[in-house]
Amino acid sequence: MGLRIAVVISVLVAAGIALVVLMRPNAPPHTPVAAPVAVNATTQYLNRGEYLARAGDCVACHTTPNGHQFAGGRAMATPFGNLYVPNITPDDETGIGQWTADDFYTMMHTGVSRNGALMYPAMPFASYTKVTRDDCDAIYAYLMSVPPVRQRNRPHELRFPFNKRELLVGWRALYFKEGEYVADKSKSAQWNRGAYLVEGLGHCAMCHTAINALGGSSESKAFEGGMIPNQNWYAPSLTSNREAGLGHWSEKDIGDLLQVGVSNRATVYGPMAEVVYNSLQYLSDEDVAAMAVYLKALPQADAEAPPTSQARLVNPDVMETGRAVYAAQCAMCHGAEGKGQPPQFPPLAGNQSITMSSPVNSIRMVLNGGYPPGTKKNPRPHGMPPFAHILNDELVAAVVTYIRLAWENSGTPISPGQVSGLRSLLPE
Amino acid sequence: MFRGPSRRLGHHHRFDNVTPLKRQAAPRFLAYAALWLFPALAIAQGAAVPAFKTLDSIEARVQGCVTCHGESGQGTSNGYFPRIAGKPAGYLYNQLIAFRDGTREYPPMNYLVAYLPDAYLREIAEYFAKQRPPFEAKDAAPADTAMLARGSAIATAGDPRQGIPACIACHGARLTGMQPGIPGLAGLRAAYITAQLTRWRVGSRQAAEPDCMKRIVSRLSETDIAAVAAWLARQEAPRDLAPESANLVRMPLACGSQR
Repeated sequence: MGLRIAVVISVLVAAGIALVVLMRPNAPPHTPVAAPVAVNATTQYLNRGEYLARAGDCVACHTTPNGHQFAGGRAMATPFGNLYVPNITPDDETGIGQWTADDFYTMMHTGVSRNGALMYPAMPFASYTKVTRDDCDAIYAYLMSVPPVRQRNRPHELRFPFNKRELLVGWRALYFKEGEYVADKSKSAQWNRGAYLVEGLGHCAMCHTAINALGGSSESKAFEGGMIPNQNWYAPSLTSNREAGLGHWSEKDIGDLLQVGVSNRATVYGPMAEVVYNSLQYLSDEDVAAMAVYLKALPQADAEAPPTSQARLVNPDVMETGRAVYAAQCAMCHGAEGKGQPPQFPPLAGNQSITMSSPVNSIRMVLNGGYPPGTKKNPRPHGMPPFAHILNDELVAAVVTYIRLAWENSGTPISPGQVSGLRSLLPE
Repeated sequence: MFRGPSRRLGHHHRFDNVTPLKRQAAPRFLAYAALWLFPALAIAQGAAVPAFKTLDSIEARVQGCVTCHGESGQGTSNGYFPRIAGKPAGYLYNQLIAFRDGTREYPPMNYLVAYLPDAYLREIAEYFAKQRPPFEAKDAAPADTAMLARGSAIATAGDPRQGIPACIACHGARLTGMQPGIPGLAGLRAAYITAQLTRWRVGSRQAAEPDCMKRIVSRLSETDIAAVAAWLARQEAPRDLAPESANLVRMPLACGSQR
C-alpha cells in the first residue's frame, strides 16, 4: 500500500515537473526546421554563370588590384608592349552593356570582338573556344548582372608591327583552332569533364605550354611547360615526370594542390597562387576531382632525359656551403632530410618543382619567399620568408644547388650568375 | 673554394669573429671568404632563428615574416625593416591590407601578402600587436647637436608657426602609438622613418582620408625629416610599451585612420 502511494506520488510529481517544464513561458523554442530557401530559376542560372566565370578566372585580368570588379584597366605586359584589359561590366558606353548573348558567344568562340576587331591572344579565346554555348550564355547572364562601372578602356601600347591587328590573321592561322569541346567517347564522363575544364575555361595551356617568339602555343607541345613571358616564373610541364608531371601523384594530392593550394607533394606559389586564389578554390570537389583525373592521365612523355652524371658534377665545397646554409636557415621547417612537414611546409626531397631543369622558381622562392594563397580549405597558410637580404648570390646558389642534389634529388648545380639575374627583378 | 670556413658554419659565428681570423696568418683567400661569408650568416642567425613549438600555431604561420621583422616583430639589424611588435593591431591590419591591395607600395611585401584573406591578415596583425620583445640597441651613430635639437623640438613640441604638430600629440607621450590606428615610433630606425616620411612627401605612401600625415609632411623640409628621424631613433625604450588608448587626448588634426 505504502509502496503504491509512493509510486502514485512519484508519478504525479514527475507529471507536475513535466507540466512546469512544458508550460514555462521561456522554454526554448524548438529549433525551426530550416525552410528551404527558394532559389528561383534566375538565381540558379546566375549562380551557375558566376561559378563558370570563376572557373575561367575572368576577374584575374579584368580587375585591377583594389579596382572595381571587371572594370578592366589592368596593364598586361607582353613581349610586344603593354595591353590594357577592357571593361567587361555591363556599362552601356564603356563596358559590354550593349552586347548580346550572340556577341558574347562569338567573342568567346572565335576571338572576334563585337566591333569585328580580331582580339589579341592575351585573351585566351584559343581555350575559351571550347566552352559550350550554354555555359557562355550563363557567363554572359552573370556579367550582365554585376554593377556597371563607367570606366573607359585604355588604348594598348604595342610596338609596331604588333599594333596592327590585321597581322593577327597570320597568328590565328598558325595557332588557333575554333571549336567547342568534343567529348572523347572512349573516356569516362569524369575524364571528359576534367578535360573540358582544363582545356577550356581553365585555360591552363596559356602558361603550361611554351609560348614561342610569336606568342603562340603549339598544340604538339601542349602542357610541356615554359617560361611565362614577362613574369619570370617557369610554368612546369604537366606531362613530364621530371617537372610537374602528375603521373606519380595521387588524385587527392592533385586536387588539393589545385583547390586548397597546398598538398602533401608540393605547394603553389607565384602565378599559380593567383589562379588558386581567384579561381580554383571556388570549384566544387567534383570538378576538382575531374580535373585531377584528367591531369593524372595526361600522356607522360619523359621527353627530357635525366641529367648525366657529368651535368650533376658539383664542387664539394659549394655543396658543403649549401648544406651549412640549409641547416641554418631551411631545416627548421623543411627538415634535415628535406621531408618537410606537409602539407604546411612542402617536402624538398623528391619535389619535382625543385629538381626540374629550370631552377628559376627555386631561386625565386629562396630570394623572395612566399605564402600560398589563403583558400576556403586553407584560410591560414604557412609561409616562407625572403632571404634576398640575408644570402648573397653565392650562398643562394649553394643552397639551391644543395637542395637540387641532396637526398637523391635529380637536379643539377646552378651558378651565382643565375641568381644575380633574378635578384634584380622585383617580385611579381 | 671556401674550404676553411665552410666547415665551421654550423657554429654561431658573429661578425666580430672575423677579426681574430684575420689576425692569424691565414691564407688571403680564407680571410676573404670569412669576411664575405660571416656577415651574412651572422645577421641571419642573430636576427632570425625560427622558433615555434607547434606546427598548427600562429607562431609557425608567421615564419614568413621573421627574416625581416624578427621572430617577435622586434626588427632585425637591417635598418630598413621596421619593428612591428606592439604597434596597434588596427594600424598593422591597415598596412597589411594596403600592401595586399597595392595601395602601399613595397614589392617584397606586396608579393608576400597578395593572396591572403582579411581574417588571416587581422590575425597576423593581432599577433604582432601583442608582442613585447625587448628593443634592439638604439641608434648611436654621431649626429650634430643642432640637428638633434630641431628633431627634439618637432617631436615633443611641434613647430606651431609652420603648422607642424608634435609627434607625441598623436603617436603617444611614450611614442608607443595610439589605438586603434596610429603606429608607435619607438624602436624604429632613422633609415625607415626617413624613408616613410619621404614617401608621404612625394605621394607614394598615404593613409585613409583625411590623411593627417600627408598634411604634416607637406610642412616638413628634408632637413626636418632627417632631424626628427635622427632624434626618434635615439630614444630609450619606454618601460610601458603599450599604445595609448584611443583618443584620450584631442588630436591636433583629423585623422582617417582613427575613425
